[in-house]
Amino acid sequence: MSALMEIQDVTRRFGGGRTLLGRPKPAVHAVQGVSFEVRQGETLGIVGESGCGKSTLAKLLVGLQRPTEGEVSLGGALLHDPAVFDRRALAKRVQYVFQDPLSSLNPRKTIRQILEAPLIHLLQMPAAARQDKLMEIMEAVRLRPEFLERYPHEFSGGQAQRIGIARALAAEPEVLVLDEPVSALDVSVQAQVLNLLDQLKADFDLTYIFISHDLAVVESVSDRVLVMYFGRVVEEGTAGELFRRPLHPYTRLLLSSAPVPGRKGIGAEARIAELPDPLAPPPGCAFAARCPHASDLCRETLPVLEREGESAYACHHPRKGEPWPPANVEAAGD
Amino acid sequence: MTAAATATAPAAKAGSGRPSPLKLFLRNQLAAFGAGLLLVIILLVILTPFLPLQDPAATDPANRLLRPLAEGHLLGSDHLGRDILSRLLWGTGVSLLVGLSATSVAALFGSSIGILAGYFGGRADTLLMRGIDMLMAFPYILLALAIVAALGPGLLNALFAIAIVNIPFFARNIRGVTLGLAKREFIDAARLSGKSDLSILLTEVLPNVLPVIVITVSTTVGWMILETAGLSFLGLGAQPPDADLGSMLGEGRKLLITAPHVSVIPGVMIFLVVMSINLLGDGIRDLLDPRLKSGALARPAPMTEVDRPSAQTAPSAQAVAAMSAKQGSVLAVHDLETQFRIGSDVYKAVNRVSFDIRPNECLGLVGESGSGKSVTALSLLGLVATPPGRIVGGQVLLQGRDLLGLDAAGLRAVRGDGVAYIFQDPLTTLHPLFTIGDQIAEAIRSHKPVSYREAWASAVKLLDAVRIPNAAGRASAYPHELSGGMRQRVSIAMSLANDPELLIADEPTTALDVTVQAQVLKLLDQLRDDTDASLLFITHDFGVVSEVCHRVAVMYAGRIVEIGPTEEVLSAPAHPYTERLIACVPRLGEPGRRLEAIPGLPPAVNKLPPGCAFAERCPHAEDACRQGEIDLDAVNDAHQVRCIKPRNGQGGGAA
Repeated sequence: MSALMEIQDVTRRFGGGRTLLGRPKPAVHAVQGVSFEVRQGETLGIVGESGCGKSTLAKLLVGLQRPTEGEVSLGGALLHDPAVFDRRALAKRVQYVFQDPLSSLNPRKTIRQILEAPLIHLLQMPAAARQDKLMEIMEAVRLRPEFLERYPHEFSGGQAQRIGIARALAAEPEVLVLDEPVSALDVSVQAQVLNLLDQLKADFDLTYIFISHDLAVVESVSDRVLVMYFGRVVEEGTAGELFRRPLHPYTRLLLSSAPVPGRKGIGAEARIAELPDPLAPPPGCAFAARCPHASDLCRETLPVLEREGESAYACHHPRKGEPWPPANVEAAGD
Repeated sequence: MTAAATATAPAAKAGSGRPSPLKLFLRNQLAAFGAGLLLVIILLVILTPFLPLQDPAATDPANRLLRPLAEGHLLGSDHLGRDILSRLLWGTGVSLLVGLSATSVAALFGSSIGILAGYFGGRADTLLMRGIDMLMAFPYILLALAIVAALGPGLLNALFAIAIVNIPFFARNIRGVTLGLAKREFIDAARLSGKSDLSILLTEVLPNVLPVIVITVSTTVGWMILETAGLSFLGLGAQPPDADLGSMLGEGRKLLITAPHVSVIPGVMIFLVVMSINLLGDGIRDLLDPRLKSGALARPAPMTEVDRPSAQTAPSAQAVAAMSAKQGSVLAVHDLETQFRIGSDVYKAVNRVSFDIRPNECLGLVGESGSGKSVTALSLLGLVATPPGRIVGGQVLLQGRDLLGLDAAGLRAVRGDGVAYIFQDPLTTLHPLFTIGDQIAEAIRSHKPVSYREAWASAVKLLDAVRIPNAAGRASAYPHELSGGMRQRVSIAMSLANDPELLIADEPTTALDVTVQAQVLKLLDQLRDDTDASLLFITHDFGVVSEVCHRVAVMYAGRIVEIGPTEEVLSAPAHPYTERLIACVPRLGEPGRRLEAIPGLPPAVNKLPPGCAFAERCPHAEDACRQGEIDLDAVNDAHQVRCIKPRNGQGGGAA
């Protein structure tokens, strides 16, 4: 599989600059020095907790945010070069599905108006062709054609999310960035949408970037997974490998914290966990204060992402060869 | 509740039972009166050119200052002998026209500035709004006077002056609304659909701002007419021989003693015009403002209205219920029914729910949104808002005492003392202006006669008990200074303040990150062990249930469909809904498992089908499922299910 998108050393800073009197203003690094590639036809999962920068990263990928430093390229072409940045050209190839399906639909527009917008503005489609295309999209997301004349508030969360997916598909993109697409949905509806996404990926030859805080969902949909903490990628690997043999202590903490139906005995940190102050980040590893294996090295030197084949980790003391899951969690029967 | 209502909205649109906007408006009698009066005035003004009136400018010195009802002059004549009725109607027309035009100009420019500033933000916002600030730095009427003085007197100039001084009012209002809209996701979505900024402003932002512009217009029009009249009164507006209401008032002022009718009549007209417009404007605002629509003006009662059949409130029934309550249960709920009445619809949010909780036990209440699990929890202490909610049946027995029979004072004594709540979002339940120590101390002092100092000491002890490091120091912190996990620990500490027998935790970890959730779950489990309290744990997550609950009750469409020991329900679910619900959740460590989605949506609780509410979505349903009441049947001693074809573990569960 070849790389479709390449993200190189991307940093997104909020605030910063100087005041009128020349004093520096505080800056927060939402995403820091993140590099990875997205391969043609894969589902790349990105997991992390709130404040880890995953949503900012998602917005960078579709051009809703611009990186402060670094480069994003799509199919070899640089995207964020200010001289050639073309939002429409990007939107034709990379589309976005929002977390909250209802707030991403304008309450005063019919579904037809919402779905026609990308056809008019991105594909410059004539009216006759638009009607056929709308029917095709509605069929693809399994919604009845008469829904086209209705308003968003008339739909349940699951139906509204299908409309959000339909809008993203209308532009005929190659890549879909899905930002927590099922988090706002009830569990019974979650499965409907996940199965639909699976089907659409095969039907339309799509590449997914699937962002979620829910480890089980990410595991079930992803080919490869990135784990983010405090704006950086701390671990990367194929889904099977990363969930079976997590190397970074943070990944291990995440996995052991997730409750699983029918199992008891999640692991929890003894001390209260807090993220470092984003205005005054520590010099070393951001996770060191919470890490059971942290050494002085960790507190002083930032670990870089080291690649080993398909895996990568940013840790001075990766847990190689250490058994997983730990003994206190009952293993799940396969 | 609302989720269930909206879920089937497409199908149920016709019979929603909510009154139409026009009906709502007419129900506001004052607004309807204002609208009627204004309509009459406008009709008169429109008909003025066609009425057999004298020329308003024709002077007749011989017939000056005639009293009203004089021959040929219904309302008398003024100091030049001009017919007052004619001048009044023409003048009203001019005043209305100038006021409306000034409002339109102010609305157009003010709203444009507001939308641009709010949408683009940054430099554009600074530049535009500082300009507006400069306009506002001058006293209002002085600025209008200065503008007229610079442009010269005349109606048109007065109109401009009034419009300009009102621009800031629109600009600031609309900017605030746009600012909120510009951050909404549908704007981002429109950008990704390839729309240009101009197209987004016109087709996405404007339709959403329009109601606010209308509200602002409707509440300012009256004021603008008054201001125009003011300028004319000072001789800066309408110039003789033209008349508007203000200039008529100004001319009559000198004759106030000798011929009061000359000034009183236009004065009354100004009063009627402005009052009718303001009443109408208030009516429109009440109708369009979403904050008022949701009933923010209605004060909720201190407790849910209880309206049970008399058989359930009689002492004998209570005694029987108390006896039948399982021996030694802390809380026994019998056939609890809570309904919401909206318009002509009755939403059966909680439909004959029964369960009991034993000492030191944790019972999980699981369901999807709209299943009634939160309303059940709120009903226990009468916390469902009335209107529209009311409890129409059942008993809630805490240690054998019926809580639904208590009055407001009795309930208050139980709330936070015998039974305490932990809510989902601690940021909204903790008061932002008091320290957490203060808030916990208050919770203690509202139930125990202790001094503030003692209460504070107990608060520190409680914070220590929920493992907050440096509890003595942190007690003086404000809620915003703590992380989400810490805040939830504080609300747990507060719920423990009076050693409750029962804790009700409504999705206490849903808003938390998974690592923090793990800590809070462990803490709750440990505290339940340490304090002998029982726990009612409401969640949608079977993983969380496995972690902390001894028994679990599954709710669907307002009813408990299955209740039993956690391991048993999860490993061998008896109700098809439970089985499907477990099967459709991805499980960590089993990525290859296919997710069996449940087709369809839950039924709306105002249109429940006969028989089993799940039958429509159930693969095993048969005709018998869709008829009559289906009872909760025992699978074994501890496990009951509301299904005529229970699954005997064929489907397989979670473990």
